[in-house]
Parts: sequence; structure tokens; C-alpha cells
Amino acid sequence: MRGKAVIAGIGHTAFGRLERDTVSLNVEACRKALADAGIPKDTVDGVFVKTPTSQKELMYGQKLSAALGLQPRMGCALDQGGAANITGLMLAALAIEAGQCEVALVCYADNPRSGSRAVYARPRGDDAAYGWFSTVATYAMIHQRYIHEHGARPEHFGAVAVNNRTNGAGNPAAQLRKPLTIEQYLAAPWVVEPIRRDDCCLVSDGGAALVVTSARRARELGVRQPVPILGFGQGQTSLDLTERDVLTTTQARVSARTAFAMAGLGPERVRVAQIYDCFTIAALMTLEDYGFCKPGQAGAFAAEGNLGLGGALPLNTSGGLLSETGMPGLQLVLEAVRQIRGAARLQVPGADVAVVSNQGGTMHTHATLILGN
Amino acid sequence: MDFPLPEVTDLSKPYWEALQEGRLLFQRCRCGHAQLPPRRECTRCLDDTLAWEAASGDGAVVSFVIYHTAHHEAFRDRIPYNVAIVALAEGPRLITNITAPVADLRCDMKVRLAVEREGGFALARFAPA
Repeated sequence: MRGKAVIAGIGHTAFGRLERDTVSLNVEACRKALADAGIPKDTVDGVFVKTPTSQKELMYGQKLSAALGLQPRMGCALDQGGAANITGLMLAALAIEAGQCEVALVCYADNPRSGSRAVYARPRGDDAAYGWFSTVATYAMIHQRYIHEHGARPEHFGAVAVNNRTNGAGNPAAQLRKPLTIEQYLAAPWVVEPIRRDDCCLVSDGGAALVVTSARRARELGVRQPVPILGFGQGQTSLDLTERDVLTTTQARVSARTAFAMAGLGPERVRVAQIYDCFTIAALMTLEDYGFCKPGQAGAFAAEGNLGLGGALPLNTSGGLLSETGMPGLQLVLEAVRQIRGAARLQVPGADVAVVSNQGGTMHTHATLILGN
Repeated sequence: MDFPLPEVTDLSKPYWEALQEGRLLFQRCRCGHAQLPPRRECTRCLDDTLAWEAASGDGAVVSFVIYHTAHHEAFRDRIPYNVAIVALAEGPRLITNITAPVADLRCDMKVRLAVEREGGFALARFAPA
């Protein structure tokens, strides 16, 4: 299936505080993605949408399709946290290959900034009796263990935050266009120790969408810059933190192995990476699980400057979740598409292979995407 | 004060009742698998032949975090407080608190069950061993 499906178009709304409902944000993103692809809406026969994180709604896929004026042949609403974006894309590609649909929209929108962000501070079941609240704390638990096992220093985590904030600072679409120094990173207050303020992604309203179709259909429709999908994979860690034997590696490994095998290439061929940075620990562990670094080495790799534009592995060139938007993952796919098109604001010269990671929960889910020419 | 108490179900009732008597229980399946949190079925063999077994109370800290802000009013006057994952000697792990100053906490430190009462409930906290 390598290269048989393509991303034909991308679109997104503004990012920040938007005071709009999620269906409307999805529709705007889809309209822009279709315009980018140069494809009329009537060709769309698949709709794959990740459900909003901040508020669960029944039959969300149908609410969206109704607003899009579509009765798709194939599609679904996906509940995997951030991994659902790439999962939606891979389900669309598989459905297209199987002849179940021809042109699919893959999209996501949420409004936790102007709406409710209670989901991120929620009590964790009966364990709330021990004061166990919030998403940040669950990542802090992994972050602490990672420090213990690998002797990671605060500057190692800070290097990811500084890199991504630097990249986002000049991005006119970014929600947080404020560069960060390592001194500022270290001086910022704890959120839940050992996680500092700038280890944490933004909370954002916004939406994004992709148009996925076959390479053949893209040619027939005259799509200008189709970006081939070389590989994808998933790995579902699934277990809650107390049920994991190890906290510092996840099924992201399986996800990457599957995607690289499908693409017929290895991490050494990747020229630019868009890695899910909901928290800096997630980015460091993903770099290790993907084989870019040995276990425990990603922090030093980051601190040595390898993630910058001229470095060995340019990372999150539009700012990622730490700077562009806290939207869980689709912005990373959009930026990988721009890099492969050669149209990114911070373009990596000769970027012919890009990898994207998406994950959800506290690393409960993971999905990997490889794009390239 | 309003405290976020556990929701006792038919499944978890023996667990909370035993803690009232100072004993920490986990589930042992006929296949030998030990597990927490309690479930109807064994996550290894999927059978429902689970029985409660008392833990020795010995464990080690897997990891811990320190809250500097409270997400619930009941914890406002406890800041900074810790939440930890402890691995019992028998294998199962649980979310807990370590009854020690936050500066003394370390991953892999040995701890021992120290049941404490909270709002009429007995909670499975741990003290440095």
C-alpha cells in the first residue's frame, strides 16, 4: 500500500480562543482542506473525525456529516485521544484501498479554551481520595521515573520546549508566539513537580482537516501537490500507569516499527520529525521508541542542538503542541505535508521523508505516519 | 469537609472493608496471576476464579509527583503533597501517598503499608520502611 494513498489537501482554522462550537470549526477546516486540494465537496464519500476531547457527544460523526451536507459511504467518530487523527487517516487509506470510499475527510476540532477544560483536571476515579487529579500529574509520574532511570537533567526536557517555542515564535498561525530561553524554562513554576509550566502544551480552540484519496484519484481530480502516504502504524499501550511494568517505554515502539516496515525505510532516512509534544517527556520517549536515540539518550540528543533546523533531526518546525496550538496532533500532520511539499515556513532543505507521531491518554494510544516523495 | 471518597461497589467492597481492619488486599487468580485494581475477570487467563489475598505490606516506590496546587478543596491545606505509585512485593501496583516529607522521596525507596483514616475511610498509605 506504500504510496497508494495521498494527502490531497490540508486546512485549519485560527488557533486560540475562538468562542465557536466544534462542528463549525470542523466545517471551516474541511472547507479549507477541500479548497487546498482543489476538490469539490461532492466527491467526498468518507468522513473520519476524532471526537472532541473536552465534551463527549453521541453520534458526533453524523452531526458533522449533516453540517457538511454529506451522506458518506464510510466513516466514523474515533475515541483514542490524540492518536485518533492518524488512526482516522489510516482507516481512510485502508477503506480507499478496499474500494469502500474514494475521497475522505479526516478532521478534528475542539474548544477547551473558551469552553470547558475540566477534563484535563479531572479526578482519577477512586484514587482521587489520594489527591490523584489531572492529566499533567499522570505525565509527571512518567517524567519522574524517566529522570530516575536515565539521570535526565531539567535542561534535557527544556531543550525540547525551547526548540519548539523557537520554531513557533515566527509562525503567524501560532497561538503562542513567544520564544523561550532555557533560563526562563528553568525559572518557571511547577505545575505538578517535576513538570514545569513550559513542559506543558497549550489549551486551544481550533480545528484542522485533511483530504485523503488514492494517488490515482488525485491525478484524475487534478490535485496539484498530492503528498504520498508511505507508512503508518499503531500501538495501543492501553494499560493504566499502575498496570504498566515499565513507565519509560510504550507501544509507540510497535507503532513505529509497523510504519517504518510499511514504508520500507528506517529512522535514518527521516529528514524532519513532527513529534507529539503534549509534554516534553512524551517527545523524548517517542524519539527513543522510534529508534532516533537509544533509551535514555534523547535528552542529551536534544540538548546538543540536534532538533534545530540545521540539526540531525529538525523537530516540530511549526511549533507543535507547545507553541502552534494545543490541538492534539493534527497540526503535526499538516506541517509534515508542508515540509514534503517544500512549502513550510521553516523548510528543511531536501525534506523527502517526514515522520509524525500522535498519541492519546497518558500514552495509552499511539499512531505513526510517514510521508514522503 | 467534603472529601473525594471512593465509590464503593460490590466488587471493591471487600477491599475497602479490609483496609478498615488494617489489611491491604489484592486479587489472586487460580492461574496464579495477582492484580489490582479489582476486576471481575483475570487479565491474564480471563477466568473469573479470583480470590482476595492479603498483601505483606512491603513495597517500593515506582514513581511520585508533588502537587503545588490543589484540584480539590480537601487538598488545599496539604500543599505540597505527594502522590506515588507503589509496587507491592507481590506484584500489583497502586496509587497512594508516602507519609514522608517531599524532600525525602526517591524512586525505588522501600516502603511499608501505613493505613490512615480519612473521612471515615481507611486509605492505603505507605511510610518509609
